[in-house]
Amino acid sequence: MNLRRDVFQAIADPTRRTILTLVATQAMTAGAIAANFDTARPTVSKHLQILTECELLQQQQNGREMYYHLNAAKMKEIADFIEPFRQMWDDRFNKLESIMKAYQANQ
Amino acid sequence: MDRKTQVSAGDGHQDIRITREFDLPRPLLFKAYTEPDLVAQWMGTRVLKLESKPHGSWQFQTVDAQGNVVFQASGVIHTFIPDRQIIRTFEIENAPFGVQLEFLNFEALTDTTSKLTMQIVYKSAELRNKMLQMPFSHGLNMAHNRLQQLVGKGC
Repeated sequence: MNLRRDVFQAIADPTRRTILTLVATQAMTAGAIAANFDTARPTVSKHLQILTECELLQQQQNGREMYYHLNAAKMKEIADFIEPFRQMWDDRFNKLESIMKAYQANQ
Repeated sequence: MDRKTQVSAGDGHQDIRITREFDLPRPLLFKAYTEPDLVAQWMGTRVLKLESKPHGSWQFQTVDAQGNVVFQASGVIHTFIPDRQIIRTFEIENAPFGVQLEFLNFEALTDTTSKLTMQIVYKSAELRNKMLQMPFSHGLNMAHNRLQQLVGKGC
């Protein structure tokens, strides 16, 4: 399976959103994360893999254990994802406004 | 810093709502959407056709310095109520976003100010998110191949 991984696809899944919420406060091992779900461990692992591929989660080796923690920078990107779109419309509407003001002045 | 233009996109929804207040009387704001010369100026594209009436159609095109078509969009006007509302479709040709349905409502706030509310409905939430990720795609000066390149990009 070679699905295109993007952050929006990643956060579309409720389990993955829960995982992000869990690790938001502290780094956790895969086992500790899986303990919060009724689903099978491999299913949780798959979710962790997707979140890691999209850089929403980062892995950190601590002794023999692998910990997952939240990549705050990537999360901020999601929060800001509307901003470039908004900016584009703002620029366009500013132009509309100035063109129409000039048009009004010429009438 | 005030944000004159606001965009809201509910999680998991397939639409976007854009609102903007203008220092323009409502009829003048509406005119910016109906006069081909004015549309061409603020949208930065050529207006090949703009039939501002119910069941009318429209077509925009942008060419580069060499005369190659880099952007072409078209649609039909479903509802046209002067100074109040336009409901139309919008589709960028040769782009993977599909057709979108646009509801444009024009409100008078005072004699000299007005507000535009634009609701854009996409075929799916996934397509909407794709569109949000690529603000340039809705822009009018982008070459098609560049668009393809961006769309093909994963995370």
